[in-house]
Amino acid sequence: MPDTRTPSSFSITLSVNGRAVALDVPAHALLLDVLRDRLGLKGAKRSCDVQVCGACTVLVAGAPVSACTYLAVEADGLDVLTVEGLGSGERLDPLQEAFIEHGAVQCGFCTSGMLVAAKALLAEEPAPAPERVVHHLRGNLCRCTGYRKVVEAVVACGRASGERP
Amino acid sequence: MLPPFALYRPSSLAEVADLLAAHRRDAALYAGGTELLLLLKEGLLRVQCLVDVKRVPGLAEIAAEGEVLRIGATARHRTVERSALVRARCPLVADVARHVANVRVRNVGTVGGNLAFADPHSDLATLYLTLDGMVRLWSRAGERDVALEEFLRGPYETAREEDEVLTAVRVRPWPAGTAGVYLKFGLYERPTLGVALAVSVDARGRVAAARLAVGCVGPRPRRFPAVEAEARGQTLGELAADAERLARAAAEGVDTTSDTHGSADYKRDMTRVFVRRALRIVAARAGGQEPHARYPHTIVV
Repeated sequence: MPDTRTPSSFSITLSVNGRAVALDVPAHALLLDVLRDRLGLKGAKRSCDVQVCGACTVLVAGAPVSACTYLAVEADGLDVLTVEGLGSGERLDPLQEAFIEHGAVQCGFCTSGMLVAAKALLAEEPAPAPERVVHHLRGNLCRCTGYRKVVEAVVACGRASGERP
Repeated sequence: MLPPFALYRPSSLAEVADLLAAHRRDAALYAGGTELLLLLKEGLLRVQCLVDVKRVPGLAEIAAEGEVLRIGATARHRTVERSALVRARCPLVADVARHVANVRVRNVGTVGGNLAFADPHSDLATLYLTLDGMVRLWSRAGERDVALEEFLRGPYETAREEDEVLTAVRVRPWPAGTAGVYLKFGLYERPTLGVALAVSVDARGRVAAARLAVGCVGPRPRRFPAVEAEARGQTLGELAADAERLARAAAEGVDTTSDTHGSADYKRDMTRVFVRRALRIVAARAGGQEPHARYPHTIVV
């Protein structure tokens, strides 16, 4: 039997940065608004709002998505990673350390998206070549520092991962 | 912010049909949402409900049907990019998928959604025209296959009827011994111009068949049968030497539109430039050479 109710609200359960979360969301709720306004995770930013700039990048089931144009109900049952989920406590993720070391940050607005997008690449390719990083981060825009240091940081983090125990 | 809507998640085409019949113009088919959600946000489209087709079994499948490759409507760009079957049968389809928009859109956006949205600035539509792309439309009344050329009527306009669901696109891989290229030019997220070209060479080293499509510059992508006919019978050397003349013929025949990507005249001239480049690249590739082809703001696939 087809469901004849009007499904305008959904109960969803998801894992956000390793923490189980259960909440009711309207069908039209965007993942970005749920993360920022319901869960207080302000790392992902609303900027272009049309999937071009990458400031709202989060990982859903390990894959980068634009949270600004992604329905929260689509993340039901899945793992979501935001920049707040990198590192633990006071301890930064090696990728964050690499960004600092290489000066890959200026105003910082794009950084959370850059980090999360790069994290997905490193999970698939632990030591990517520079051109792989450039291809993968093509959709993450930075308007101040430029891209060279970001690419250097990701490449260096990948290289170092082979040396870490 | 999105306006409120209901979200239905049917698990069969029959249920999709019921929902479309019940809601008609108040419903929109929804898959990846990378285009649809933008329209809703901007208020360019108003609907009461979305009908999510991602739970319909089989709709995301990629399969070989004899010589033809069937790509299910809800297959994501990222899946096409990584499909071993697509790479084996139609490597250019996998490689062009790798360059659609950005990695986030590729993870979510679907092939069927891209074609059904009929944005004139689509890479897929242009490339698939050279692969004799056919879309399959399903409704309660039956199924029909429509050539992509007839399916794409104009900007954001297709031959799909209100009660129909695009379930798959079929592409026919080029014959063995065909060299191809896709050139994508633009400064923005969506391409300003796309040129797809494939050239098959016979045993005497002459062009047996050429397939040329230009997209993004006008209301819809199109093939150039007259230019293709002129290329037939040429040696690869003649093809490269004749590239400027053939490119001019394509530019004269192309239908261009002025928009934020540039004026109609500009796009006509860029059509000439990029068709010429495509011809020279393919002539080299067909001869077993990979040319050093680098152009500003251009992805050479």
